[in-house]
Amino acid sequence: MGAQIRVYKRRIRSVTATKKITKAMEMIAASRIVKAQRQVAASSPYADELTRAVTAVATGSNTKHPLTTEADNPTRAAVLLVTSDRGLAGGYSSNAIKAADRLTERLRAEGKEVDSYIVGRKGLAYYGFRERTVAQSWTGFSDSPSYADAKAVATPLIASVLADSAEGGVDELYIVFTEFVSMMTQTPVDRRLLPLAISDDAEGGAELSKQPQAKPLYEFEPSAEGVLDALLPRYVESRIYNALLQAAASEHAARRRAMKSATDNAEDLIKSLTRLANAARQADITQEISEIVGGASALADANAGSD
Amino acid sequence: MAEIHVEVVAADRSIWSGEAAMVIARTLSGDIGIMPSHEPVLGVLQSGPVTVRTTEGGTVVVAVHGGFLSFADNKLSILAEIAELAEEIDVARAERALERSRSEADAAAERRAEVRLAAAAGAH
Repeated sequence: MGAQIRVYKRRIRSVTATKKITKAMEMIAASRIVKAQRQVAASSPYADELTRAVTAVATGSNTKHPLTTEADNPTRAAVLLVTSDRGLAGGYSSNAIKAADRLTERLRAEGKEVDSYIVGRKGLAYYGFRERTVAQSWTGFSDSPSYADAKAVATPLIASVLADSAEGGVDELYIVFTEFVSMMTQTPVDRRLLPLAISDDAEGGAELSKQPQAKPLYEFEPSAEGVLDALLPRYVESRIYNALLQAAASEHAARRRAMKSATDNAEDLIKSLTRLANAARQADITQEISEIVGGASALADANAGSD
Repeated sequence: MAEIHVEVVAADRSIWSGEAAMVIARTLSGDIGIMPSHEPVLGVLQSGPVTVRTTEGGTVVVAVHGGFLSFADNKLSILAEIAELAEEIDVARAERALERSRSEADAAAERRAEVRLAAAAGAH
């Protein structure tokens, strides 16, 4: 066998092995999207009910709460960025990071200091490499977040919103995550979580203003303040939980797509390598034949000469 | 007969929904019983069992750990970070958890285990 064919054969073998791996990852990701989507759906009744309750308290009482009142002159903001723990998901993490960078830029332009909070190893590595300060980070649950994870993320964020801005607290809380639109489309989005926007023109708290009908007049147990105190942190937790779940679904979808195109690429590569290997084999055979024919005719000529 | 539509929802799933004649829950300021046409109320729940008397005459007990109830227009939603139906509770495991939390002096875990046991006892 010619040296050329051997090289091609070896490359075909290695690409085939890679293709098997990417195909397996594609199938795993595809099955996890469905699971992640189911989790998003399962968490929505809680989020919906909670949103209803928050709207009811916020509109039904004149209570002022640090989590709902806008600071007169916001100077500090926190940005929570949700990325993945693992790579091989195409542009998933870097798109989210870019969205966070744009938001940070915008907030800085408005004269606000920005604290970065990061979920996922990829985002953390990006910030670490550029030596940017990260207020706090969490890793290890990006592909299947639980409510306890969301709670762990939310607790310090809520604490820092409640704290005075002079003592390291923040006035606003934003979250950047990848929204799961469909199997094919996931878009990085930024949302303002706090302060809650309850007026009609707010885009960040759009969900809160979608109910035009009259609200019932609630009786609060133990008091409107007490209810709001307990309700708002839960609301933030549930929004973060929902964002984490959507990000997980998006991550799997992005990985599935990346692995699908890797598998397709491997197939193309194998096809063209097989063509090349065939051509090389044919060239070898042709060469051998011409060598034999050449040798035979040389022999015949020599014999004819000696007679 | 008037009835209440009840939804019991935990953070990650829907626990129970159905029609009820009365619901008894424990808020921070004490037990509250809700029957049809109760005034709209929004309350913070204490960890504890929530008892639902269904219109068919049965009783559903749910262990709720921290949450809210909101009632309006004969619709009651009970939201909890963690909630379990009494029949889902593994009594032996809850007892073990209670033992452990007592020995480790973990008040929160002890309370959780107690609530589970109380709910399980109420259902059987």
